[in-house]
Amino acid sequence: MSATATAPAPQRPVPAARSAKRAERARGWSLRAPLLPALIFTILVTQLPFLFTIFYSLQSWNLVRPGSRSFTGLANYAAVLTDAQFLGAALNTVVITAACVLISMAVGIGLAMLLDRKFAGRGVVRTLLITPFLIIPVATALLWKTTMFDPVFGLVGFVLTPFGLGDVDWVSQFPVVSVVTALVWQWSPFMMLLVLAGLQSQGGDVIEAGQVDGASKWQMFTNITLPHLRRYIELGVLLGSIYVVNTFDTIYMMTQGGPGTASANLPFYIYQRTFLGFDIGQSAAMGVVVVIGTIAVAMLALRLIFRTFMSDQEANS
Amino acid sequence: MEKENPLPSTKRRPGRLAALGAAGAAVSLVSGCAGAGAVAAGGDGTTLVVAIVSNPQMEDAISLRADFAREHPDVNLRFVTLPENEARAKITTSIAAGGGEFDAVMISNYETRMWAENGWLANLQPHIDATEGYDDEDFLEPIREDLSYQGDMYSVPFYGESSFLAYRKDLFEKAGVEMPENPTWSEVADLAAELDGVEEGVAGICLRGLPGWGEVLAPFNSMLNTFGGRWYDRDWNAQLTSPEFRRTAEFYVDLVREHGQPGAANSGFGDCLTHYSQGNAAMWYDATAMVSTVEDPESSKVVGKSGYAPAPVQKTGYGGWLYTWSLAIPASSQHKDAAWDFLSWMTDKEYIRMVGEEYGWQRVPPGSRVSTFENPEYQEAASAYAEPMREGIENADPKNPGTRPVPYTGIGFLAIPEFQDLGTRVSQQLSAAIAGQISVDEALAQSQQYAQSVGDSYKEAQ
Amino acid sequence: MTATAPAPRSSAAAAPNPRPAAARARRRGGVGGAALTTLTWAIALVFVSPALWLVLTSFKSEAIAQTDPPTLFFQPTLDQIAGVIDSDFLPYLANSLIATLASTALVLLLGTPAAYALSIRPVKRTKDVLFFFISTKMLPVVAVIVPIYVAAAEVAMLDSIWTLVVLYTAMNLPIAVWMMRSFFLEVPSGVVEAARMEGASLPRVLWSVMLPIMAPGVAATALICMIFSWNEFFFAVNLTASQAATVPVFLVGFITSEGLYWAQLAAAATLASLPIVIIGWMAQRQLVRGLSMGAVK
Repeated sequence: MSATATAPAPQRPVPAARSAKRAERARGWSLRAPLLPALIFTILVTQLPFLFTIFYSLQSWNLVRPGSRSFTGLANYAAVLTDAQFLGAALNTVVITAACVLISMAVGIGLAMLLDRKFAGRGVVRTLLITPFLIIPVATALLWKTTMFDPVFGLVGFVLTPFGLGDVDWVSQFPVVSVVTALVWQWSPFMMLLVLAGLQSQGGDVIEAGQVDGASKWQMFTNITLPHLRRYIELGVLLGSIYVVNTFDTIYMMTQGGPGTASANLPFYIYQRTFLGFDIGQSAAMGVVVVIGTIAVAMLALRLIFRTFMSDQEANS
Repeated sequence: MEKENPLPSTKRRPGRLAALGAAGAAVSLVSGCAGAGAVAAGGDGTTLVVAIVSNPQMEDAISLRADFAREHPDVNLRFVTLPENEARAKITTSIAAGGGEFDAVMISNYETRMWAENGWLANLQPHIDATEGYDDEDFLEPIREDLSYQGDMYSVPFYGESSFLAYRKDLFEKAGVEMPENPTWSEVADLAAELDGVEEGVAGICLRGLPGWGEVLAPFNSMLNTFGGRWYDRDWNAQLTSPEFRRTAEFYVDLVREHGQPGAANSGFGDCLTHYSQGNAAMWYDATAMVSTVEDPESSKVVGKSGYAPAPVQKTGYGGWLYTWSLAIPASSQHKDAAWDFLSWMTDKEYIRMVGEEYGWQRVPPGSRVSTFENPEYQEAASAYAEPMREGIENADPKNPGTRPVPYTGIGFLAIPEFQDLGTRVSQQLSAAIAGQISVDEALAQSQQYAQSVGDSYKEAQ
Repeated sequence: MTATAPAPRSSAAAAPNPRPAAARARRRGGVGGAALTTLTWAIALVFVSPALWLVLTSFKSEAIAQTDPPTLFFQPTLDQIAGVIDSDFLPYLANSLIATLASTALVLLLGTPAAYALSIRPVKRTKDVLFFFISTKMLPVVAVIVPIYVAAAEVAMLDSIWTLVVLYTAMNLPIAVWMMRSFFLEVPSGVVEAARMEGASLPRVLWSVMLPIMAPGVAATALICMIFSWNEFFFAVNLTASQAATVPVFLVGFITSEGLYWAQLAAAATLASLPIVIIGWMAQRQLVRGLSMGAVK
């Protein structure tokens, strides 16, 4: 904090001494002003509705039973925290997010390493590889559900037939694996782009020095490349988690959270409680619980990552 | 929409399509279309937004809308077509929260009376009475009754269905067994054991196991009623762990696990349809609407091989369910008269005749009008199943399901607003039991809790 | 910082580190390099094969789309694509275009000054503000859908494309501010101070001094916003009906209880994705560069 506040000080021209205080205050406002439109807009659109959600969460309110609306205090929260399916959905969210982010990062690093050299058709290969990230996720989910994973006509079954896995009904028998597969396919290109950006900013002299020292390829990778990529990887994990934790379309399209509730994550489960159960009070309470949980996790993660980003900046300034 | 587009002549030209590969072409196409949308919206006519379930019969109606446009050139139709579950969620939200996006919605006999009572739907009776030749007396009585509140209709049926038991006459002959005229479930279970594997890959019976109140619970509930079970006693005490309920659940789960189709826990109506019409099941208990696929040579391998028996019974005289997709006008619609023009077009005798002539009589939306059953052309196309279907619908009595008094109505469902949710949760448990993940007792114990919390809210209200 | 900043940027911008690439090419020689190239191509093709298969399927007839084993060679047909375009696809496309372009423009309009304020001239509690922006991204949108629905119904903004524009702007603003702040940090602050001293107004500074320097960063930010707006599904499916429905919603309409028509679905999916895929392809260099600048700051 103090780091960023003082960072550019050396470059700042010294203002005339007598009007320094007043100028400083005016200056403070002129600095804040550009920030305000975005800040106010964000607060209005994202925070205000959430206040209503908190308000709803204290009510017993079923949308399809008019006249049922009344205050119930914290009863909804008690119901939510003892709902086994809610807790199961929370676990699914963690599993899906963690698996998707880690696997796509691994795949992304691999692809980026392959692309980080000159070869015939490199541009075409990179173009091909980023495509899954650009395709509409709804289409991706339908693609995997039908033409890929269909037990009879699917490509995956066809390819795996020699291994005796030709008749597996992937989406029904392994719903979470299926969802993660589609998500990994979608997110790997994003990770690849980030890591590629990192690799291309790597100074050539370091590598040459390593080569002169006679380090093995693996040693070079773990000792030089990976540390250099650390911040790119952290950024990828952060952005990936932010988006994947809120995954809705893929589950909606592929499994509808099923079979049963086997593959429902929190966004999908709350959606079901809202638009199938129409229990506005209880689904609002779930929303609030999830937000509190997310903030707790995010605090930890963000503070950690912010520390690395901000402190490096401080060190450099 | 199509006729307002200023680019109709270029629309179908392949050269134009080929150009789509280039980004520029895509963008120019879009801007052209934005213009089209603006023209359509800015015209003098009324724009009707119709929310509809994407079943084949409804898709036929959308393709035939040019006929409606001929009669009502000033009305511009916009369709929102969604799969059943999504359509239900969207329509219910819109109506209950007063969203007002739709001028006409497709609902069912589950929603109609509850929503009419809440004042969410326009009363259609004045429109019906003012429309010459619409002939609402022609609707099958149980359906008409189920779509009425205080004597007035609040939605009009597009098609109606009951349930019956389809069976393969050829396989029965091969196994040397016969289908009784009015089978009981015990007899059906014995037959299923007999027929299981009569040919390679043929299951004894096909039954839904997919979660969803409109999926596994439809056949299960109709079975529950005839077994003498019920969801609640008259005082809203949940009865899901009662001996009758347990017996039905065990019977259903055992039957489908032992002699049912593979992957039963994930098969809904559509999957069963494929199983049976591909010749992989000897019997199938499901909606009468199955016939338009089972008897369609283009998609079925068993055309003409099936017999149709009434829904099996156990303790009651009749075991089928009653369901209908119907059209209603939300109370919030600003264009009720135009919306009624559309509703009456889509549910009129004339429409049924048009589908019959355009697409063939096996594809008409059946089970709504007496006149359809009495039409000689329909009788010829549907000779194998028209009669059991009609009997099924006419015998259904949603007011008195089962053998004992209950505080709710409905056969395949409970006509209470919470059932969408409760039914879905209970169906998930039942499906898990069919998959073998949990025991029937565990499924019912959990379900009983869900049901009791709903029942409690009614107890308080009493 | 300011001293070292331009170095990685220019190296990423020009032919990316020619030296190590050349060195490695020298070292590996012909055969090994060719093998690695072949391997890279093979992996890329396998990885992207689902997408290729999707495009292929969109040129099939329904009968060929579902065969066991899958059909690779066939007589292509444009029937499916024509069918999709005939089924009122274009209004959806127009809606997606409006929602994407308008929200992205709005994001840049609101986000650029904010990012500027958070970078060059540090405000008190910079980190808290940034933290706030990013944390709004983590909140599950499903938690606020009911209040938003109710509010939109109150002001007759349901099924309006502008509701989506507002929501997509809010959805993308945090990431945009965050990314653009990193790009602003690249700009040597001396340049800005000089312009300010000469009496240039803030918008002028932003427009004529800053923008040229950070054009690739802005392009990358805009591209990311466009991708997420174009692909957004949750708000679209819950808040629109017919007038404002976007292409992802259009795809859902292709699922029927009768099962799926794969070829038609593939055609719809291909057409729906095409605009953003092409834009992404054309802008991939900016994306790599923009992300690399964003990552290190």
